Amino acid sequence: MQFPAKMIHSLFLVNSSGDIFLEKHWKSVVSRSVCDYFFEAQERASEPENVPPVIPTPHHYLISVLRHRIYFVAVIQSEVPPLFVIEFLHRVVDTFQDYFGVCTEAAIKDNVVVVYELLEEMLDNGFPLATESNILKELIKPPTILRTVVNTITGSTNVGEQLPTGQLSVVPWRRTGVKYTNNEAYFDVVEEIDAIIDKSGSTITAEIQGVIDACVKLTGMPDLTLSFMNPRLLDDVSFHPCVRFKRWEAERILSFIPPDGNFRLLSYHVSCQNLVAIPVYVKHNITFREGSSQGRFELTLGPKQTMGKGLEAVLISSQLPRGVLNTNLNPSQGTYNFDPVTKLLSWDVGKINPQKLPSLKGSMSLQAGASKPDENPTINIQFKIQQSALSGLKVNRLDMYGEKYKPFKGIKYMTKAGKFQVRT
Amino acid sequence: MTDSKYFTTTKKGEIFELKAELNSDKKEKKKEAVKKVIASMTVGKDVSALFPDVVNCMQTDNLELKKLVYLYLMNYAKSQPDMAIMAVNTFVKDCEDPNPLIRALAVRTMGCIRVDKITEYLCEPLRKCLKDEDPYVRKTAAVCVAKLHDINAQLVEDQGFLDTLKDLISDSNPMVVANAVAALSEIAESHPNSNLLDLNPQSINKLLTALNECTEWGQIFILDCLANYTPRDDRESQSICERVTPRLSHANSAVVLSAVKVLMKFMEMLPKDLDYYGTLLKKLAPPLVTLLSAEPELQYVALRNINLIVQKRPEILKHEMKVFFVKYNDPIYVKLEKLDIMIRLASQANIAQVLAELKEYATEVDVDFVRKAVRAIGRCAIKVEQSAERCVSTLLDLIQTKVNYVVQEAIVVIKDIFRKYPNKYESVIATLCENLDSLDEPEARAAMIWIVGEYAERIDNADELLESFLEGFHDESTQVQLQLLTAIVKLFLKKPTETQELVQQVLSLATQDSDNPDLRDRGYIYWRLLSTDPVAAKEVVLAEKPLISEETDLIEPTLLEELICHIGTLASVYHKPPSAFVEGSRGVMHKRLPARTGSGEGTECPDVGNAAGGSAPEAAPSIIPSQGDLLGDLLNLDLAPPTTPAVLLPLLGGDIGGSPAMGAGFGAAPAVMPASLNAPVGGGLGDLFDLGGGVGMPMGAYIPPKTVWLPAMKAKGLEISGTFARRAGVIQMELVLTNKAMSVMTDFAIQFNRNSFGLAPAGPLQVLTPLGPNQTIEVSLPLSTVGPVMKMDPLNNLQVAVKNNIDVFYFSCQYPISMLFVEDGKMERQVFLATWKDIPNDNESQFQIQDCHLNSEAASNKLQGSNIFTIAKRTVEGQDMLYMSIKLSNGIWVLAELKVQAGNPNYTVSSGTRRDR
Repeated sequence: MQFPAKMIHSLFLVNSSGDIFLEKHWKSVVSRSVCDYFFEAQERASEPENVPPVIPTPHHYLISVLRHRIYFVAVIQSEVPPLFVIEFLHRVVDTFQDYFGVCTEAAIKDNVVVVYELLEEMLDNGFPLATESNILKELIKPPTILRTVVNTITGSTNVGEQLPTGQLSVVPWRRTGVKYTNNEAYFDVVEEIDAIIDKSGSTITAEIQGVIDACVKLTGMPDLTLSFMNPRLLDDVSFHPCVRFKRWEAERILSFIPPDGNFRLLSYHVSCQNLVAIPVYVKHNITFREGSSQGRFELTLGPKQTMGKGLEAVLISSQLPRGVLNTNLNPSQGTYNFDPVTKLLSWDVGKINPQKLPSLKGSMSLQAGASKPDENPTINIQFKIQQSALSGLKVNRLDMYGEKYKPFKGIKYMTKAGKFQVRT
Repeated sequence: MTDSKYFTTTKKGEIFELKAELNSDKKEKKKEAVKKVIASMTVGKDVSALFPDVVNCMQTDNLELKKLVYLYLMNYAKSQPDMAIMAVNTFVKDCEDPNPLIRALAVRTMGCIRVDKITEYLCEPLRKCLKDEDPYVRKTAAVCVAKLHDINAQLVEDQGFLDTLKDLISDSNPMVVANAVAALSEIAESHPNSNLLDLNPQSINKLLTALNECTEWGQIFILDCLANYTPRDDRESQSICERVTPRLSHANSAVVLSAVKVLMKFMEMLPKDLDYYGTLLKKLAPPLVTLLSAEPELQYVALRNINLIVQKRPEILKHEMKVFFVKYNDPIYVKLEKLDIMIRLASQANIAQVLAELKEYATEVDVDFVRKAVRAIGRCAIKVEQSAERCVSTLLDLIQTKVNYVVQEAIVVIKDIFRKYPNKYESVIATLCENLDSLDEPEARAAMIWIVGEYAERIDNADELLESFLEGFHDESTQVQLQLLTAIVKLFLKKPTETQELVQQVLSLATQDSDNPDLRDRGYIYWRLLSTDPVAAKEVVLAEKPLISEETDLIEPTLLEELICHIGTLASVYHKPPSAFVEGSRGVMHKRLPARTGSGEGTECPDVGNAAGGSAPEAAPSIIPSQGDLLGDLLNLDLAPPTTPAVLLPLLGGDIGGSPAMGAGFGAAPAVMPASLNAPVGGGLGDLFDLGGGVGMPMGAYIPPKTVWLPAMKAKGLEISGTFARRAGVIQMELVLTNKAMSVMTDFAIQFNRNSFGLAPAGPLQVLTPLGPNQTIEVSLPLSTVGPVMKMDPLNNLQVAVKNNIDVFYFSCQYPISMLFVEDGKMERQVFLATWKDIPNDNESQFQIQDCHLNSEAASNKLQGSNIFTIAKRTVEGQDMLYMSIKLSNGIWVLAELKVQAGNPNYTVSSGTRRDR
C-alpha cells in the first residue's frame, strides 16, 4: 500500500560500485528495488557525473546528487520541488563532513548510529527540521575520540538533553552562551574564475564566482558590520540568513550576528559584462597532419593581468583525441604525465616565473594509418593567486558591537581558477 | 571504537543474542544492543522480530536510548500493530514531560506510527501539544496534524485539528507559522477543493511577516503558498512583489526559485509601463544567472525552469547569452539544456557569437551533444532569418568534415531550412548529393529523398538517385518508404516521360508487396490520382507547402502559463502539467496566471490560452433535437452535404457514386481502403436502395454534419469534432482529432459513461500513429449497444472521456436517435395495425415538419435509408398518409403516421410508442 507522501520519503546512499550501503525511511518503507531505476540510469551514463539528477519511476521520483563519490538518492512520491530536495541533500553532505571530517562510505558506516540520529533530526515527516550545524551539534554531539572513550567509561551519551537554544530564537543560527578565551574573526575572500578562451586567445566568456567564508569564534552575542571599498561590484549576491538584507539594500553594509564557527557569509557573482581580467595566457600549437602518424604539440604559458601577484600551483590538463597513442614531450619545468588509456595529459607546472615562461613541447604518436582526429583538445588550467581578489573586491573595515572585548580580525584574499578552459 | 562493529555480527542466532542483550539489566548493554538493532535496520535487515524487546526499553530516562527506540518503533510499528499499542502509554506520558525536547520528540514519533488503532489515543496529547507554551513543541505538533491526516483524515476533521492549525498561522513564532503552512499545504493537496488555505490580505500579511524570520525551508513553504494567492489588484501585487524580492538573494537555491515563481506570477498583473515592472525584470536576471554557477544538479533544475522563463519573458535574460555557453566538462544533461536555451535566446544581435559556439560544439566528442549542436544551427537559421545564410555555410563546412553523424544531422536540418526559405539555398544541393552514400539513418535518408523529390527538376540525375534507394525498398523504414513513394511521384509529375517505369515500380512495391497500411493507402491514392486526373494529381502532390513555423518546439501557451505557476516543481522539470504525471493526481487544480486588473476594477476572468482552437464554438451542441427536428433533418438530407465522403471524392475520381467497386486499373482488392469509402457516398436519392432493400446492405442513412465536441482550448490543444453514422448496421462514431498543440500526442483511448441506450465502443480507438502538431486524423469507432444502461437527460446524451499522453478530457455530445434505428424495423402490416390501435392516446405526439419539398414517394425512400420503414400508404382527400415503423436498438418500437399534402411543404407527423412485449 502506498501513502501519499509529501516531501522526502526515503534516502538511499549508493557507493561507486553500485551498492546501497545505507537506507533511511521517513515515512513508510520503500523497497530498495526502487533504486534499480537509478542503477539503470547509472549504467547508461558514460561518466558517473552524467547520471541525470531527476529520474522518474512508475510510482516515485528519484532525485540524486553525487558528492565524494557517493550518490545520495532521495525518493519522493509526489510533487516536491526538486531544488528543495537537492539543497537538503547538500545539507546532509555538509553535515556529515562537518561531523566526521570526511564524507566517505567508511566514515558513514563507522558512525551509522549518529548518521541515523542526524537524519532523523534533520527531517520530520519529510519536512526539514534542524539543518543548521550549530543546532544539530547541540542535539547530537559530534563523535570525537575523547568523547567515545569518556562515554564508554561513564556511560553518558552523545545526545543533548537540552532543547537547543538557537532553535527558536530570532537568531536560530547561533547558540547562546558561547565562550572563547581567544576571540577571533577571520574572513577569506575566495574568487574562482570561470572562463572560456578561444583558439585565437580572445575571451568568449569569463565570470567570477566569489565567496566570503568566515571563521568566527567570538564570545557572547557579537554584532558585526563589514563594509567594502567597492561594494558596487556586488550586484548579484546570495547571503547567509544572518545578514540583514535591509541594511545592505540601503547602505551596502553587511550587518549580522554571526553563527558560531565556520560558515559562508555570502557568495557573489561578477559576470562578463564587467570585463573580467584574465590572469594567464596560453600559446598553443597542436597539429595533426593527414597521412602522418605524428602530431606536433607545443604549449607555452605566461602571466597576464595578475595585478603584480604571482601565479602558483599551475596545473594543465587536457583530454587528447582518442587517436593519440602516446606522447613524447619535454617540459621546461615541472612534470608531465600522459595516460595512454584515458588519453589524459596533465602537466604540473608549479609557479610561473615571468622571466622564464614554462613550455611543454614535443610530438604525439598517432595510430598508423588512421585518419587525423576530428576533435580539438581543450586545455584546462588550474592556478592560484594569493593575496588578491581578481574582481578587485576589497574589505574596508570590520567592526564589532554588542560585546566589550577586542577581537583579533583578519581578512585573506585568494583567486583560483574554476572552470578555466582554453580551446585549441 | 566505531559503529562498524555493529555490522560484523552476521553469524547465526544473531537475533537470539540481541534479544538476550536487550533484556539485560545493564543500561549500557541495552543501549549497545539497541544500537546494533538500528544498525541492522539501516542496511535493510529485518529485525522486526525483536519488537517487544525493543519496546520494553522505551521507559527510560536516557534520551539517546529513547530516541533510538523511537526510531525503531517508527520503522516497524506498522508490521506489529498489536505490540505498538504497548507504546501508547509512554507516548501519552512523554507528552507531559517537563522537558520540551521530550514532549516534542513524543509528538513527533506518535505521528509516524501509522497504525489505525493507535491514532485515536493520540488525539488528546496532540491537542495539548498544539497549544503548548513552547513554540518548539507547537511547531512539531503542527506537522503531526499533517501526519495524522494522512492516516485518518476524518478523525482530524472531527477533532477540529484543522481549525487549530489555521489558528497557528497567526502564531507569534515564525517557525510555527511556517510549519503550519507546510502542514496545511500538504493537507490541502489531498483536498483540492477545500478552502483550507483561505488566503486573504490579512493572512497574506502574516505570511509575509513570517517569511522574513523563519528558516530557509519555512520560506519555501510560505513562498509556495503565496504563489497560490491571487492579489486583488496591481497595487497589492506590487506590494507583495516588493516584500518577496529580498528572497532572491538567499543562499538556498530552492528559496530563490520559489521567489522567482511568485514574482513571475504576480508580475503578470503589473502594468508594463510601470517603473517597478522594469525594475523587477532587472532584478530577476542575476539570481537566475547565479543558479548556473551552482552544482550541476542544481544547474539542471534551474536550466529546465529558465527554459520556461525565457519562453514567457525572453527580455529577462536576453543579455545573458554567455552564461549558457557550454563548458566541455559540464555533465551531458547540463550541456543539452544549455544548448536549448541558447537557441531560445538567439537573436539578430547575438547570432554571430552563438553560431561560432555551436560550430565549436559540433567538433566535440560526445555524439549526442554534437548532434544536438548541429540541429541547433538549423534552428537558428529558421529563427533568425538574417543568419540563415551563415548557418547554411556553417552546415556545409560541417558536411565537409565527413563525420558521418554530423553529415546526417546537417542534411536533416537543411531540409527544414529549404522549407522555411524556398528557392534560396538550392545551390547547395550538389554538395548534399555527394554524401548520399554515407547516409544510414532513416531520418537523414528521408530528408535527402525529400530534397531530391522536391527539387527533382534541378537535379539532372534525380531519377538515378531515387532509383538507387528503391533497390532496397523493403529494408527501409516506413518513414523512408513513404518519403520515397512521394518523391518518385513528384519526380514523375515533373518529368513524366523518363520516369514512367520508376513510378510504376514504386507504386507496385508500395501497394502490392507491403504490409504497411499507411504505405498501401498512400500508394493507392497516388495511383488512382495519376490514372484518373494527372492535372489534379499535380495540384495535390506538388501543392505549395505551408512554411514551417519559426519555432516548432515552443511550449503551447496554455501549458506554458500553467508551468510558470509551477516553477521549481517536478512539473517544471518535465515540462508537463502536474496532472499528467503525479501519482494518483487527486483532481489537481489547474493553475493559471492572473489577469491584469486595475485597482478599481473587479477581477476579470483570465483570458488566457486563446492560441488554441480559436474558431471552435464555445457551447457544445446543447440544443436537444426534438423528435420533430430530427425527422426534419432526415428529410433534409440533400441540403446538408455529407462531409466525410466529400473530402475524399476528388481523390478517388468521379465514378464512386455509381459503383462501389474500384476502377478496373486496380489489381488488388480495395480491402485496405478506409471504411468510410466503402459506404455509398454522396447523398443523392439515386444512391438509396429500393424499398425491399435487404437488411445489412449499406444504407444511405442520415449523417448529421460534424460538430466540434471538444474545443482545443479545453483539452490542451486537442480538438475533437465528429458525428455519428450508421453504416451496414453498425453504429459508427466518426471522430476527427486535430492536434493544435505544439507537442506530439500519442496513446489515445476512449471510454463512454453509461448512457440511455447502452452505447459502448466495440473496439479500441484506432489511432496508430502519433498525432503531430497541426495534424488531423479521422477515426471511425464502431459502437455496440450492449454496454451498461443509465437514463440520461437529454435521452440521447453521451458522456465521453478521451485520453492521450497528456491528460484525460471529458466532453458530452448528442447522437441522433436515428442511429439506433435497426435494419429489421419493418413491422408486419397486421401487427402494425393491431399495435397502432393498442397505443394509448397519451403516448402519442404530433408535430409538423416544415418546408419539405419532397413528394411522399421520395420521402418514404429517403426515410428508408435511415431504417424508417413505410408499412402502408393511403391517399385520403389528396393527402398521402404514410404509416411507418421504427425499431430501436433496445427493442422499442415506434410507429408513425406521416401526412403529406401535395403542394404543401409542411408535413404532419403523429407518432407513438409502446414497449414491445
